[in-house]
Amino acid sequence: MSTATTLPSPGFVLDTWNVMTRELRPVLREPASVLFAMVQPLVFLALFAPLLPDTGDGSALQWFVPGIVAMTTLMGATFTGANLMQEMVTGSHERLLVSPLSRSSLLVGRALKEIVPMLMQTAIIVAVCTPFSFDLHLGGILVAVVILAGFSIGIGALSFALALAAKDQDWLFWTVQQTVIFPLLLLAGVLLPLEGAPGWLQLLSDLNPLTYVVEAVRPLFAGEYPLDTIGAGLLASAVVAVLGLVVGLRAMRASS
Amino acid sequence: MMIRTRGLTRHFTRHQQTVEAVRGLDLDVREGELVAFLGPNGAGKSTTLRMLTTLIAPTSGTAEVAGYDVVRDQRDVRRSIGYVGQGNGAGHQQRGRDELVSQARSFGMSRAAARARAEELLDAFDLTEHAGRPVSTLSGGQRRRLDIAIGLVQSPRVMFLDEPSTGLDPQNRVNLQEQVRRLHHERGTTIVLTTHYLEEADAIADRVVVIDHGLVIADDTATALKSGLGDLVTLALATESDAVAAAEHGSRRLPGASVDRTGTVVRLRAPRASEAAPGLVTDLAGAGVGITRMEVASATLDDVFLDLTGRSLRESNETSTPDLEGAVA
Repeated sequence: MSTATTLPSPGFVLDTWNVMTRELRPVLREPASVLFAMVQPLVFLALFAPLLPDTGDGSALQWFVPGIVAMTTLMGATFTGANLMQEMVTGSHERLLVSPLSRSSLLVGRALKEIVPMLMQTAIIVAVCTPFSFDLHLGGILVAVVILAGFSIGIGALSFALALAAKDQDWLFWTVQQTVIFPLLLLAGVLLPLEGAPGWLQLLSDLNPLTYVVEAVRPLFAGEYPLDTIGAGLLASAVVAVLGLVVGLRAMRASS
Repeated sequence: MMIRTRGLTRHFTRHQQTVEAVRGLDLDVREGELVAFLGPNGAGKSTTLRMLTTLIAPTSGTAEVAGYDVVRDQRDVRRSIGYVGQGNGAGHQQRGRDELVSQARSFGMSRAAARARAEELLDAFDLTEHAGRPVSTLSGGQRRRLDIAIGLVQSPRVMFLDEPSTGLDPQNRVNLQEQVRRLHHERGTTIVLTTHYLEEADAIADRVVVIDHGLVIADDTATALKSGLGDLVTLALATESDAVAAAEHGSRRLPGASVDRTGTVVRLRAPRASEAAPGLVTDLAGAGVGITRMEVASATLDDVFLDLTGRSLRESNETSTPDLEGAVA
């Protein structure tokens, strides 16, 4: 057993693949379901973006869109625990717990699946914005997506942990989810830049991993590659991924 | 021995109170048995099943399923058992066929073998035409059939069903009992199910384990449990003096019978009392005692439960608060 925790066995890889593909089926069967997590970001895009100062070269939109992509990633990944909560209430989670699938694969497979809706959502936003003076830099977007992937895995895992803790108390899940996301978004400077913010706000922003993700994703979407900013973004995303998986695995192992 | 428990105990702590859900259960189930755990809500049936299926750990005591310890060898236990819980095993957003394939793959079957097994089960449970629909759109009966099919994917040696027929209409309940019986007869699968329906335990189980307040209070075949209690003969007589005479004749013809006279009505309960009833009628006619009405009834499992606990199981089900079940869920 001790080797299984340090080194993934072939069984773990197969189990994780099984869980991930199972989770993906409803998404791929009904791709429109990814729009659910996009309602709020798209509202911001439609109603907030026109208020941005007109710089004449479209740089305001160039600044704003990556933040909206990060917001969508955060929304989608925090919502995902609701699916697990539904499975806990209807009974299929219990069936999976009694199946030979390992507890770790039940969490990791679910968390890895978050990458797919994130990619679909990012593609939709980029496709919607490109006609409006938003320059498409595919290479940068690909690197940005790697950073967002780690972030969505970690946040998704935390959302599953929250669902496992909330059990059948929907209100608890949604209260925590809603309470967490808006401070994270505002402190990361998704809607407004935090330059000139008071020191305490700046400090909170510096402690927010999403800040580094957004700051790395912005130049990448503009086709620029500042290595230190990208490195910080990758590191923040990796920290969130590891933290999320550790917390999520603990919650899943305790699940009954 | 397919299942063996010794001193199996589970406590829950709720609001700083300790609830002893299961108290020192000793149980042996041989291969090929069909056993029903019968008891009111909160009796400890589901908690026992959840320990046997590795969902929760015992507070103390041991349990082995298919030769594996439920705490030490969880993975092996899970590989050996099929489980149908109180909810739906199939995810509501999933399609039935996909869930069967995914479950089969979790047992290490190849993709082709998993698909073939899924089709086989869909066919056996008459679900082929519904297999591509989201589970949420299936009827309650269809979903339950799918749950059982999922539990059977790897042809388990032992199958656990937790309140399988709760929430089903009478027709679907009968169908489900038919399927469980068939599974037992055709494959010899060991089956353990919980139920709070007396009729269900009576209809399908070879062996009924009556559980109340976390303890086994009776364990035998349904027939033996009922015949141990005996039949009930109720006589209504014209006058009270006739009733007194009838009670005397009754205890003479049925030695050891419990006799209870209330006004002009006499109740006699004894093993095989139904066979002695015609003779009793002749006795009373010869003695000039006029019977106005007579009823002969075999014991039901509810009578057995009433005799053991002083409560009717039917009433316990209606009035009990699902306190423990909530703690377990």
